[in-house]
Amino acid sequence: MSIDALAVRLRAEMTPDQVLTDRQQLRTYECDGLAHYRVVPALVALPHTAAEVAAVVRACAGVGVPFVARGSGTGLSGGALPHAEGVLIVTSQLREVLSLRPADERAVVQPGVINLQVSTVSKEHGYYYAPDPSSQQICSIGGNVAENAGGAHCLKYGFTTNHVTGLEVVTPDGDLVRLGGAAPDTPGYDLLGAFVGSEGTLGVATEVTVRLTRLPETVRTLLAAFHGTDQAGAATSAIIAAGVVPAAIEMMDALSIEAAEAAVHCGYPAGAGAVLIVELDGPSAEVAAQFEEVSRLCDANGAFETRVAADDDERQLIWRGRKSAFAAVGRISPDYIVQDGVIPRTALPEVLRRIDEVASSHGVRVANVFHAGDGNLHPLVLFDAQVAGEEERAETVSGAIIDLCIEYGGSITGEHGVGVEKAHYMPRMFTDTDLDTMQLVRCAFDPGGLANPGKIFPTPRLCGERPGRRTGPHPLQESGVAEIF
Amino acid sequence: MSVLDDLAVKAGDDDVVCGVPARFVAAPASTEEAAALIAAARDLTVVIRGGGTKLQQGPPPRDLDLIIDTRRLAGVVEHAAGDLITVVRAGTPMAELHALPGQQLALDAPPTATAGGAVSANASGPRRLRYGTARDLLIGVTVVRPDGRIARAGGKVVKNVAGYDLGKLYTGAQGTLGLITECVFRLHPVPLATAFVRATAPPTAVARILAAQLAPSAVEINAGPGASPELAVLVEGTEEGVRDRAATLARLLDGEVTDLPPSWWDTPPWPPGGLGLKLTGVLSAVPALVEAVTAAGGTIRGSAATGALHAGFPSGAPTGTPGLVDGLRAAATRAEGHAVVLTAPDGALDGLDMWGPVPGLELMRRVKDQFDPDHRFAPGRFVGGI
Repeated sequence: MSIDALAVRLRAEMTPDQVLTDRQQLRTYECDGLAHYRVVPALVALPHTAAEVAAVVRACAGVGVPFVARGSGTGLSGGALPHAEGVLIVTSQLREVLSLRPADERAVVQPGVINLQVSTVSKEHGYYYAPDPSSQQICSIGGNVAENAGGAHCLKYGFTTNHVTGLEVVTPDGDLVRLGGAAPDTPGYDLLGAFVGSEGTLGVATEVTVRLTRLPETVRTLLAAFHGTDQAGAATSAIIAAGVVPAAIEMMDALSIEAAEAAVHCGYPAGAGAVLIVELDGPSAEVAAQFEEVSRLCDANGAFETRVAADDDERQLIWRGRKSAFAAVGRISPDYIVQDGVIPRTALPEVLRRIDEVASSHGVRVANVFHAGDGNLHPLVLFDAQVAGEEERAETVSGAIIDLCIEYGGSITGEHGVGVEKAHYMPRMFTDTDLDTMQLVRCAFDPGGLANPGKIFPTPRLCGERPGRRTGPHPLQESGVAEIF
Repeated sequence: MSVLDDLAVKAGDDDVVCGVPARFVAAPASTEEAAALIAAARDLTVVIRGGGTKLQQGPPPRDLDLIIDTRRLAGVVEHAAGDLITVVRAGTPMAELHALPGQQLALDAPPTATAGGAVSANASGPRRLRYGTARDLLIGVTVVRPDGRIARAGGKVVKNVAGYDLGKLYTGAQGTLGLITECVFRLHPVPLATAFVRATAPPTAVARILAAQLAPSAVEINAGPGASPELAVLVEGTEEGVRDRAATLARLLDGEVTDLPPSWWDTPPWPPGGLGLKLTGVLSAVPALVEAVTAAGGTIRGSAATGALHAGFPSGAPTGTPGLVDGLRAAATRAEGHAVVLTAPDGALDGLDMWGPVPGLELMRRVKDQFDPDHRFAPGRFVGGI
């Protein structure tokens, strides 16, 4: 069946304006947040209900057309990059908070609901939704589920996977299936756990039950300025070693501070070679004691200035520099690559030095902004695409940084996902058997390989292969240990 | 000649799983040895045994040739204190992981249980309120697949979204997808101070605890027929913070602050030979679950602030069990949760539906078919006869 025939069928099953095939309209969806990868989809479907999502997937499955789900399109690894011969299923029309259940510490939302909105509607009941990716004002919960989104505060609170208890999903066959629920510990395999973070390769989430977290009694935010990243890294290690688990520990280096300062005038201490933002939250009695400890440890590790947010406005100001850092870097460099590698926290000073060496040797600038508490680096590799050779050099440095993360026992991605961008790095982190084993799950859900093909795995596995069965007598039988099996 | 000859010995009288005797037992000492064993055992049905603390729970295997005992696969491979992680072999006793220097694996499981067993059985206890369950604490896993190939997923860093999270799939899989040989866990600091607050209070008081700003690490209930329900709350933190919070809690519940938990803390509520179930539900339905169990003459115990509880009944006539389970399952369904039978009096298991409805069962069968196409690993021990 051609895409034209599929369009006719989908227009009949939904309404005509929910199916886009006009080239100009399709171009709107050609990329996600990883904007230098662009593919115009063959068709865009804009379902309004879970049943419509299922109908679209069923139609695709029936004719063997691949499909890609997209939420707000803020992903940074190309997870929602369309397929040129495929259907892009946009879930942003499914945007209702279906039920808010503070007494059960749950909310049930559609996938197009914006992350921050869940916290906003929960606030009056004393709750919020803990995972807070930097894009939380625009990213969707469905996208968060696909990518297992993190955020600055996942150091203490965990990731999307720790905060989603139930899903309704459309399987790649087009069936609506429930995984998990509002109650804990659903019997059977934890398919919910496998689905979250599967980057749209196991189906499309159409309803998400999330855990709501009690708003903390107290939040205290401290900004500490150091002469360099070594000292800031040492302070981070000292805080963790002291048994303190802050809600967040973020670090920025001199270049990213310079960019943030130029962009949003956050007023960080002049001359800082690195700043740490440490946030503590919880019961007032606990936070007070821990805050003393954190301040002391920052001082002991060479902080030359510390500031404490006196109120919410000051807290927002401290965070503004950090949260604007990616965009701000655009002011000091026309182009940049964001990496998302993770290293053991204790290796931080050493890895930062080696990143610096690699960058210097290639004549490339790297701004470092990262979640120091959990070792999740976000090096921003700067380049100017208009200057011949710069982009290639930036990519070389970017790849070298990923190799460093693997060398130190870390990961190629902490929260952005593998997508199309890092699929070719997967064999550096995993063996063929590791990847084959992951794809056993894929084969169980999607034997036809239609759900978001080309993402995560550098090479698809053919499903339905069975390991060879042996014939003849068993070794134990042959050797006389056993008579018969 | 083969690894099987080297490692497998004839099973003894104790090598029995839910009444089904095994023919052989093998105890590999490394991932590689386990892989060679499993590759050589490809015509055998297999049950994996760790500390054996939950081995006799659940239904019997349909067939059992070989028990793979993991207790030689023991030891902490790495404890990176500064990174708050540990890499351990699957047969390492939990006692060792509860007491790493200055840190702990905050997963409640019996001291003689093994790390791999606790993960496979998805063990959890009172502190799940604060620290989550095995699925939240396991950050990396090495497994030997039923075809004998070694696979790893996750890694040694807590924050990691590279590839599918197979650790979650193996958590609670009861050994039906292969053998876990190594686990990487995130650790937590040992709290500077702890205190318990105990009170006689109805389950509805739990909502008041959660509404207050006290961040408890555990809220446990214990309720039996004809006695007032008890609550016990664990608070952890700094000396000052714990003192303040415990005092506030004691006022809130009209209870007392103690150093030690009550004797029933983190113990199953069923007597030997009795009927034991796991009951789950949403928080607002916990009082109804408590009522359902106590009205039926049972004891209910567990994490009242997460909705994961256990119910126990003394061994009565096996003929009464199906009706009792049906009633509890109806209550759990109303609570949006599940009633799973863990153990039952002799003779009561035949024909008993141990799980009730399982959402996503068809997909689970397909996962099993992919990982273990010949259904050799713990056949019949899992949901839907998997």
